[in-house]
Amino acid sequence: MKTLEEFVALFAEQFDDTDPSEIKADTVFHDLEEYTSLTALSIIAMIDEEFDVTVKGDDMKSSVTVEDLYNKVIAKL
Amino acid sequence: MTENPFSLAGKTILVTGASSGIGKRTAIESARLGADVIISARNLERLEETRLAIAEFGKEAVVIPAELTSAEDVESLVSSVPDLDGVVLCSGKGLTLPVQFASRDKFDEMFSINFFSPVELLRLLYKKKKIKKEGSVVVIASLGGTSVYSGGNSIYGASKAALNSFMKFCAKEFAARKIRVNTICPAMVETPLIHRGTVSDEQLQEDMKRYPLKRYGQPEDIAYGAVYLLSDASCWVTGHSLVIDGGLSLQ
Repeated sequence: MKTLEEFVALFAEQFDDTDPSEIKADTVFHDLEEYTSLTALSIIAMIDEEFDVTVKGDDMKSSVTVEDLYNKVIAKL
Repeated sequence: MTENPFSLAGKTILVTGASSGIGKRTAIESARLGADVIISARNLERLEETRLAIAEFGKEAVVIPAELTSAEDVESLVSSVPDLDGVVLCSGKGLTLPVQFASRDKFDEMFSINFFSPVELLRLLYKKKKIKKEGSVVVIASLGGTSVYSGGNSIYGASKAALNSFMKFCAKEFAARKIRVNTICPAMVETPLIHRGTVSDEQLQEDMKRYPLKRYGQPEDIAYGAVYLLSDASCWVTGHSLVIDGGLSLQ
């Protein structure tokens, strides 16, 4: 199983202009300037690919920090 | 002229994907306008709902469950249908995935369902002469892939663009039997396909505001287009993609 740190790194990979150092476990990702609906789709697809877990648009919406999302993914494993 | 050219009375029509969404509504509206309908889909239970809705118009639909990705099911469907005046191919699936995740296996799965299955069914129906002369084929394609390219819809859009292209070849070749072939290209329609959760309902509400007519389509908006293409009213229309989109492509 992937650790929170690994998840944060994979999460950060879905951004192009946001420096990975700006993205941490407690980052409120909806506030990131680069975060768009397409980024959300990439994150959903990354989770599907890496964890074989289906995350819904509502899960993205209800997660505040990157760690919240990680916990949702782990709960679905 | 005494007969209503938009009527489907006396026509026998096969509708695939008839268990939900656009297919279900098309089957029901076709029956309401007088057609004898044969309904097919994977799920027998949900097909039964369509059958009951059709029965309300005093029509007895023939139910043939089939998994169109199975060659065996397609063959048995083709051999069990009577001669047809119309075919509406509605079976299909949605998928939202950014290009960098659009791997070959995802393409294969989507193309199998959205492209190869309806294409093979249509090929066999034509080859086995199950579509009567002057019959009409309607394929549900999409605005996606031909004039709208929203993020994450590459596989879906490409599969539908392929259908739009294939339709035109069929229209030209099938004209030998005066069979017409057209597609309908809807924008977003309120069906289970768009409510599968990848995009939240809130995002969908926001998206609707981009439409000049300020709403997504309802399945009947598309079904009425299919009825027109099935009817004699459209007897000089072939090789056409009918856009039904609340004005979205105007922008």
